[in-house]
Amino acid sequence: MLRFLLKRLALTIPTFVALMFVTFVAIRMVPGDPVEVRTGERGISPERLAQFRHEMGLDQPVWKQFVDYAWGLLHGDFGTSVVTNERVLTEFLQLFPATLELAFFGMVFAILIGIPAGVIAALKRGSIFDQTLMGLSLTGFSMPIFWWGLLLIMLVSERLGWTPVSGRIDLIKFYFEPVTGFMLIDSLLSDQAGAFKSALHHLMLPMIVLGTVPLATLARMTRSSMLEVLSEDYVRTAYAKGLSPFRVIGLHALRNALIPVVTIIGLQVGSLMAGAVLTETIFSWPGVGKWLIESIGRRDYPALQGGILLISSIVIVVNLTVDMLYGFINPRIRHGQ
Amino acid sequence: MASDPHSQTSTSAAGISAAGAVEAVQAPPTLLAAFWASFCENRGAVMGLALLSLIVFVAVFAEWVSPYSPVEQFRDFTKLPPVWVEGGNWHYLLGTDALGRDTLTRLIFGARVSLFIGLTVMVVSVIIGVALGLAAAALGGLVDVMIMRVMDLILSVPGLVLAILIVAVLGPSLTNTIVAVTAVFLPRYVRLVRASALSELGRDYVTSARVAGAGPLRLMVLTVLPNCLAPLIVQAALGVSEAILEAAALGFLGLGAQPPVAEWGAMLADSREFIRSNPWIVTLPGLAILVTVISINLFGDGLRDALDPKLKRS
Repeated sequence: MLRFLLKRLALTIPTFVALMFVTFVAIRMVPGDPVEVRTGERGISPERLAQFRHEMGLDQPVWKQFVDYAWGLLHGDFGTSVVTNERVLTEFLQLFPATLELAFFGMVFAILIGIPAGVIAALKRGSIFDQTLMGLSLTGFSMPIFWWGLLLIMLVSERLGWTPVSGRIDLIKFYFEPVTGFMLIDSLLSDQAGAFKSALHHLMLPMIVLGTVPLATLARMTRSSMLEVLSEDYVRTAYAKGLSPFRVIGLHALRNALIPVVTIIGLQVGSLMAGAVLTETIFSWPGVGKWLIESIGRRDYPALQGGILLISSIVIVVNLTVDMLYGFINPRIRHGQ
Repeated sequence: MASDPHSQTSTSAAGISAAGAVEAVQAPPTLLAAFWASFCENRGAVMGLALLSLIVFVAVFAEWVSPYSPVEQFRDFTKLPPVWVEGGNWHYLLGTDALGRDTLTRLIFGARVSLFIGLTVMVVSVIIGVALGLAAAALGGLVDVMIMRVMDLILSVPGLVLAILIVAVLGPSLTNTIVAVTAVFLPRYVRLVRASALSELGRDYVTSARVAGAGPLRLMVLTVLPNCLAPLIVQAALGVSEAILEAAALGFLGLGAQPPVAEWGAMLADSREFIRSNPWIVTLPGLAILVTVISINLFGDGLRDALDPKLKRS
């Protein structure tokens, strides 16, 4: 087991170094001069220009720039935004809780509906419920979520007036300093009447939009995994022993059926981050996804570079953790290695 | 339908002579006929194929099918709703956009753009994926490690984020959308081909081909590859729909095809400000994306069930 862990860990390091290198090279290939963004379009004196170049390290040879960059990364320095002049890591950490909150609740939404729906569909295989669910799951899986978001805004926010269109909370009515960065918790801590409700209302639609594709995937996976398990010998044995269906399904079948599903949940992190970019853009949710898109528009390349590196690092770490957890849950993998 | 007459006929010489000799013995169906019969068992797949054929037809013959040009602006008729809604105009069946361009025409040309992106991404990534996957499986060692590390690297960046990075570097355009989405989808083909090639390499028929003196290139391409095709075809079909979604997302973010190209994602993005006043402008392009993607996915599922019994969804 330890060897498996170490091997997995060792494979991660070159990936990370390569990622550093690729983002570094990519950003240097971007058209447009970062100095110009910082100083504005109007010309400045050559002395000032040289000074800026020196400050930003752009007068160094490229290999030296990379070494400095990598050295900085190892010390938590992901560069400085050329627009806000703030450290990229600081900006990222300020915005990341919003994305995390959205992704977390999107996943919770998907799990709470997807897994039970998949189990019921498997138990009632071929029924109307099963067929409807599979049809819905196909639709959800094929959904362009940016359109789904607009559609929900049109119906739920505009037509019915149930939820707000954008943001995380009603900023006109409520203001409080972030404590945890998670709006639902902060609004509770703020002790302002109605703040929590407002935050919850703001979360509903983005959560549904981001959770739709994972929901469809989970329902499908749970169903097929459950069907597979239900035809296993040990389930038949359990029935033959006279155990109640509830016990057989809940205890014997479900536990085994969920092993692959857990992995799928873990592996959704990457697509959740990609989905967050679109969801945040539609709902003006102030998270890292929206920030990333905006930094392209502002030609804020250090922010883009740092942001992509940070998001990818998170995905790498989560996938690594899932792999390891999977080893713990599934004895076949643990002993097979 | 197993009773399909095509599935019972065989074109092989052996089949004909056998059928002639003993009438009671039915010749085995040809591969294609067997595939078609199995494919037709799946109602959803047939529906998907029918829809998809319609979309492909419309996309190919866009100039003849569509009533106007996608960039022609009817300034007197802006933001018309579809004809069945009050205020609709029979000249513009699905209404017009904010610049007075006919929505139906733009959707039809959008189908061409989306299918073009989807197919190009699929073809390019399958070709590169097969080459890299076979190379990794055949050569092993350092080449294998290098190729797979690079694929791991690509996989570690969330798909859309990687596409955004690539487009940010290369600049937004239709071609660069294709490049970006191809890069995102490449690893899955490489991994798939490598994995199935590796499992085939251990089989007896490969060993016998090798003993018979087949060179490495011949061995990989003519002996091993045909036996890896089934999962590859399924993956490729489903990959088209994902590529279309990904490209539409880029278009929606303003990083895809640039105006005035009629691209579904970009059409949606343009319509965002009219979400309150003209919901139709927002609804239709998204519906077009959804229907196209669903029909490809239905078709792909049917392909999988028919081609690859191992992967068959229970």
